[in-house]
Amino acid sequence: MMEKMIFGRYIPGDSFIHKLDPRSKLMFVFLFIAIVFLANNAVTYALLLAFTLIIVLFSRIRLYFLINGLKPIIFLLIFTFLLHIFFTKEGDLLWKWQFIEVYEEGLRQGIFISVRFLVLVFITSILTLTTSPISITDGMEVLLNPFKRFKLPVHELALMMSISLRFIPTLMDETDKIMKAQMARGSDVSTGSMKERIKAVVPLLIPLFVSAFKRAEDLAVAMEVRGYRGGEGRTRYRQLKWDWRDHTVVLILVIVAALLWWLRS
Amino acid sequence: MDIELQQVGYAYAKGTPFEKRALVDVNLRIPSGSYQAIIGHTGSGKSTLLQHLNALLKPSEGTVKIGDLEIHAKKKAKNLKPVRQKIGIVFQFPEHQLFDETVLKDIMFGPLNFGVPADEAERRARELVKQLGLPDEVLEKSPFDLSGGQMRRVAIAGVLAMEPSVLVLDEPTAGLDPRGRQEIMDLFHKLYIEKGLTVILVTHSMEDAARYANRVAIMHDGRCVMSGSPEDVFGDEQRLAEYRLAAPRVVRLQRKFEALLGAPLSRLCLTEEELAIEMGRVVRGERDSV
Repeated sequence: MMEKMIFGRYIPGDSFIHKLDPRSKLMFVFLFIAIVFLANNAVTYALLLAFTLIIVLFSRIRLYFLINGLKPIIFLLIFTFLLHIFFTKEGDLLWKWQFIEVYEEGLRQGIFISVRFLVLVFITSILTLTTSPISITDGMEVLLNPFKRFKLPVHELALMMSISLRFIPTLMDETDKIMKAQMARGSDVSTGSMKERIKAVVPLLIPLFVSAFKRAEDLAVAMEVRGYRGGEGRTRYRQLKWDWRDHTVVLILVIVAALLWWLRS
Repeated sequence: MDIELQQVGYAYAKGTPFEKRALVDVNLRIPSGSYQAIIGHTGSGKSTLLQHLNALLKPSEGTVKIGDLEIHAKKKAKNLKPVRQKIGIVFQFPEHQLFDETVLKDIMFGPLNFGVPADEAERRARELVKQLGLPDEVLEKSPFDLSGGQMRRVAIAGVLAMEPSVLVLDEPTAGLDPRGRQEIMDLFHKLYIEKGLTVILVTHSMEDAARYANRVAIMHDGRCVMSGSPEDVFGDEQRLAEYRLAAPRVVRLQRKFEALLGAPLSRLCLTEEELAIEMGRVVRGERDSV
């Protein structure tokens, strides 16, 4: 069950995208999310979609992973699409059945919103699929560094992030294990009435919490023992390197943004 | 209740690029009333195999027969509760499954789930606590206030309280001190003798397998590569070495003794006591054994 979760997983590789500096990738994603909203007509949306597909191609990630990343939001996608189709009543009437009316503008809006969703999910999935969690947090830490001046605990935030990312699979395994142990004792979250199912969650959650707290304590001790004392004066083993690829990517993004600005209506 | 695995295969994350084959063409019959040991290295598929024994996992290929119930790859199995009651699994580090306010409630959790009346469940809990060598006061304590060894015993009691007819044990003594280990293994053996349970012990302790089991199966790379009586399996040291396993210490000692003696003993000894008797006989007279 848990093993099918692919969203948020890192897939090692040596493509152009994999080799990018995490800082440029993070900046790219944030800026990209902003410029997605520049698109407002068919040409600009087509441009966005084409750009995204080129990136997907360059990352050499199998489409399988991206489709899987879509699964959790497929419902949302369909729902917004239908919402636009049925409730936008502008332009020509295309189709009518009883009280259901589909207008041209509704169809257009529906498609646009879906493309926007798709593009956003693809780009963010590419980020997590091609960047190891450690690199992402390293990149985050460096990018947030300027905010240290405003007393933002940047290093601590990055550490928290990497610890939680690190323990997601561990907790998943643990959940699976405890679930099976309780199932073997006759409790089952997947069958029975709603009330029974909710009751069956308790024997699952308590052991999970207990072990998570124990783990946190062990981790704290292990860090203390190895002399961890926060980010002050800490050097890094993994140096981030910004090279021609990163320049290229930022440049391309600027060009795409300019194109979008120019082509939007 | 007989358990039979026929050409069972299992793959994790089937159909994704992360697919990993954990079991390949496993054939194993565990007749009712036997003490079956399953031995293998970490990652040999032992724990995966064990989860098939009460339908926590469904085989990707082949059939698992548990009593009258047949579990196929394709068929959707329903109504698994009766099977799960008859087959009690003590998982690795079972103390992680404790959750209730008091030890008593936690032990009663299993039986109550299977529809045992509350007073009967309580009676079983009180008796088991005694059997497992825990003081009566622990019943009213929170399971999280106990020591590691006590928690392990409580968790085991929680499984035994279901009164299963097949007891599946996954490394039940891992992380216990030697005395606790001995006590718990002896308790399982006592239950095996007195209640006629079928016991399936997953372990990598050759010594425990040799001492307690009357059938041994060896898992290697997801396959069941050897199975038979402990004498047959542990006597074949060459094949054991192929699977990077060493014979139990007693057997190795016997082999050394035989080398010194220049002749084999009359039988393969599986416990220190048996070997001592045999060796004593040889040393005293050399008459009846050579």
